[in-house]
Amino acid sequence: MKDADLPPHMRPERSFQGLILALQRFWADWGCVILQPYDMEVGAGTFHPATTLRALGPRPWNAAYVQPSRRPKDGRYGENPNRLQHYYQFQVILKPSPPDLQELYLKSLYAIGIDPAVHDIRFVEDDWESPTLGAWGLGWECWCDGMEVSQFTYFQQVAGFECRPVSGELTYGLERLAMYVQGVDRVFDLNFNGRDDARKVTYGDVFLQAEQEYSRHNFEHADVEMLFEQFKMAEAACRKYLEAGWADGGEDAKTRRHLMALPAYDQCIKASHVFNLLDARGVISVTERQSYILRVRELARACGEAWLATEAGGAA
Amino acid sequence: MPDLLLELLSEEIPARMQARAADDLKKLVTDRLVDAGLVYEGARAFATPRRLALWVQGLPVMQPAVREERRGPRVGAPEKAIEGFLKSAGLTSIEQAKIERDAKKGAFYVAVIERPGRATIDLLAEILPDVIRTFPWPKSMRWANGSLNWVRPLHSIVATFGPETEEPDIVPFAVDGIAAGDITRGHRFLAPEPFAVRRLDDYVAKLERAKVVLDAARRQEIILADAKNLAFAQGYELVEDAGLAAEVAGLVEWPVVLMGAFDESFLSIPPEVIRTTIRNNQKCFVLRKPDGSLAPRFILVANTEPADGGRAIVAGNERVIRARLADAKFFYETDLKTPLERRLPKLKEIIFHEKLGTQAERVERIERLARELAPAVGADPDKAARAARLAKADLVTEMVGEFPELQGLMGKYYALAQGEEESVASALEEHYKPLGPSDRVPTDPVAVAVALADKIDTLVGFWAIDEKPTGSKDPYALRRAALGVIRIVLENALRLNLQPILWRHFASVRRDEALAEAVAALEPLQRDIEALSASDIELAIKLEVLISRSGTAHVMRGSLVQAHSDLGEAGSLLAFFADRLKVQLREQGARHDLVDAVFALEGQDDLLLIVRRIEALARFLDSEDGKNLLAGYKRATNIIRIEEKKDGRTYAGAPRAELYDQAEERELAAAIAEAKREAEAAVAREDFEQAMQAIARLRPFVDAFFDKVTVNVDMPARRENRLKLLNEIREATRAVADFSKIEG
Repeated sequence: MKDADLPPHMRPERSFQGLILALQRFWADWGCVILQPYDMEVGAGTFHPATTLRALGPRPWNAAYVQPSRRPKDGRYGENPNRLQHYYQFQVILKPSPPDLQELYLKSLYAIGIDPAVHDIRFVEDDWESPTLGAWGLGWECWCDGMEVSQFTYFQQVAGFECRPVSGELTYGLERLAMYVQGVDRVFDLNFNGRDDARKVTYGDVFLQAEQEYSRHNFEHADVEMLFEQFKMAEAACRKYLEAGWADGGEDAKTRRHLMALPAYDQCIKASHVFNLLDARGVISVTERQSYILRVRELARACGEAWLATEAGGAA
Repeated sequence: MPDLLLELLSEEIPARMQARAADDLKKLVTDRLVDAGLVYEGARAFATPRRLALWVQGLPVMQPAVREERRGPRVGAPEKAIEGFLKSAGLTSIEQAKIERDAKKGAFYVAVIERPGRATIDLLAEILPDVIRTFPWPKSMRWANGSLNWVRPLHSIVATFGPETEEPDIVPFAVDGIAAGDITRGHRFLAPEPFAVRRLDDYVAKLERAKVVLDAARRQEIILADAKNLAFAQGYELVEDAGLAAEVAGLVEWPVVLMGAFDESFLSIPPEVIRTTIRNNQKCFVLRKPDGSLAPRFILVANTEPADGGRAIVAGNERVIRARLADAKFFYETDLKTPLERRLPKLKEIIFHEKLGTQAERVERIERLARELAPAVGADPDKAARAARLAKADLVTEMVGEFPELQGLMGKYYALAQGEEESVASALEEHYKPLGPSDRVPTDPVAVAVALADKIDTLVGFWAIDEKPTGSKDPYALRRAALGVIRIVLENALRLNLQPILWRHFASVRRDEALAEAVAALEPLQRDIEALSASDIELAIKLEVLISRSGTAHVMRGSLVQAHSDLGEAGSLLAFFADRLKVQLREQGARHDLVDAVFALEGQDDLLLIVRRIEALARFLDSEDGKNLLAGYKRATNIIRIEEKKDGRTYAGAPRAELYDQAEERELAAAIAEAKREAEAAVAREDFEQAMQAIARLRPFVDAFFDKVTVNVDMPARRENRLKLLNEIREATRAVADFSKIEG
């Protein structure tokens, strides 16, 4: 898969976008649908309905996509060489998990310039859990020469429901991988477009200002009152859509159908992000924190239940 | 004799689970073999990150045949009985049974049931899949469409069975679509091609050629030896870390040791932080310079033989460690900017326990208690209070947020940096000690005061909300806390009366001022109150009477009742200490009956005195006088017990001197009075040797009494008086211990 014919500026080890393109090509070639990022603020690629909801139910599903991820608390005003409040994840979800998933993953690393003949690739225990999504799975963090570059998970439960079949999920930390293959110590120094002349654009050129501005916003100025209100609204809307979405006559748990699982789930995503912002603002106490997490999880569970009553969720 | 080789090849097994899994595999399979009557010569189990393997040596080819004789009805018994017998014994006609006779019953039928043994390989084909399906992984998972639960996806199974001289057979079974065979694979990157194996010897050898060291202990040895050599070659010394070596041995099938470096400037961070960062996050070892200080180097263990000799791997690890240390340095320097004192408000946001409030409230209680304990442990009360106040402040620093195991230690560094007094600063670290039975105990008085306050607060707190440990459940590690208190007290030879300390602290935990006032008022009357058992309004009245007699101010009735009940709780907590002390002393070889004999005395809440008394008692009982006195005591109490039972009354109370008839009686009475006085005085001086000796002086008088005096005489008054005199022996010994608890 490693394409020697690529022009230098397109190569994954020289260009951030080249790395993304290489991963997309690799997984497209394997048979995934390549999706575009979900158009909402999420904390991780897992929140994309293409993972959360599609992991539920019996239908096979293979998808890969880049997902911009927001972690308001991780903002460092652009001053930390590694931490960002907005970064990219490359997400692969394969249902059922193929038997050679580890091999595929290693080949994908090879495709972006990480050769296991000279690097030390390790699968180190890391059990994944998302309290807000009511999801957990077993797997590893994948190390390359001591650096965690991906998360590898076999989903066991999502939204409180058992996954049958089990999906395999790969999450590549794109900035980390790019820093590694480009040999860069500061994320903002990453070469974004692979050019070395006047046309060179760095990650800092694209995102440094945003990191500074959003850090100010997340920690100091995000409108707390509005956010509290938004949380309540999103929560209420989610419940409203869920209730309205049950088709008439759907008393029987086996045959009932839901017609609005996706719009309802959007509101769950919304609530989750708003909670993250409130958390970053430091206005949620330790005790309240748990109850907010439980409220989001409850929404996720109800959305999962609705999804399982849709066609894509496998309802007959 | 044939052997079994089993290998389960999977995706990467968590390092922490491997050793246990190997043991479980061995135990589960061999237990089942033994259950089936299959005796084996030996068994060994192995684990690597990707495989569990088991070797069972010297199994029989066949299960032994079983022959059983079943006795049936007598010859000539009714048809029904015969039929039933045939059915139960699996015979088709009575001719198949033999006839035996005995003297009583005459002739009767005996069925001989013979079950031929099954082929071992067939039994294995049943046992192995069963063990795999029900394997006790601490956490297991499903994958793809399967239903099997394994720690991570299982890829292949090797199961061969056969003698050394022949080509072994494959044990015929399959689990969830994976058929057992004789094919395995080597190292994931270095030798991924499949190959066939026969038995343990060729399996181990072929794996080794395929870059897999099967035995975890050997991998660990290789890691340690190579790491030491590599360090030595560069003029450094490896900081040995057996736990890390074992963990790393579980992360690699083919260990390759490499050395990397980090910038000298990071050595300004405390060495423990560097080590924790490098160890916990990167699973790498640190090195020492010849002068003992940390070297700017680390040792990593790769799982491959890299084509470039390790350049890329070392460079990659160096980059990660650089970033980690930069983070740690940033945390450290950021933390240094905020004095610990200013962090205290943040503790209000940390819930210690739902029913016990926040860390801030806990700190307040510990501060109060540490100040109170300070004089008794020889600490300056202000310093103890200061240390207690700052003890938990580092919990809200960046560094401890990142590395919780550095709690206490970071507190010390930050306290020193902000100019706190040395003993205060080190108390921040030391007050968590001892963390286990092998951990050392704090000795500086300030640290001792805070350590005791911290642990007592935890214990009283969970006692107050009725979260006492039960059976094997001890989620808040209260046993460890109690043992910590015991060791701190004993190893520092501290004199503390625990009961009032615990009692007062209940009011603190309950955040009840009125209660504190009640306890203060009642404290001088502690012994009287302990005697009260009522729990209603009458109790309150009795308490009020006590209070008014003591002339203290009016205290609310409710508080009096609560104070009474807390005194009971303090007693229960004290009994918990007693239990822990018993366990501790027993482990050190002290006789448990002596422990009981001392604990049975009233008002024992000074741990140091208790232990000294037990020691003195043990020495006493080892002496000739001690042994004889104990014999005399037993004889006296036996007589009293028998007579009391016979008469349905007790013989307590002082004997009357005018009823003494023989010289031996008078002499014994005088000796008892003298011994009691001396013993009590010696106990008051805490001189238990002297007290024991005083009691020991009774011996000739007791012996003479039993020699010359008859207790059960016809004159009832004299008999009663003699029994009472015997009872006095019992009373006298109570000055030093409750002899009735002593065995032998």
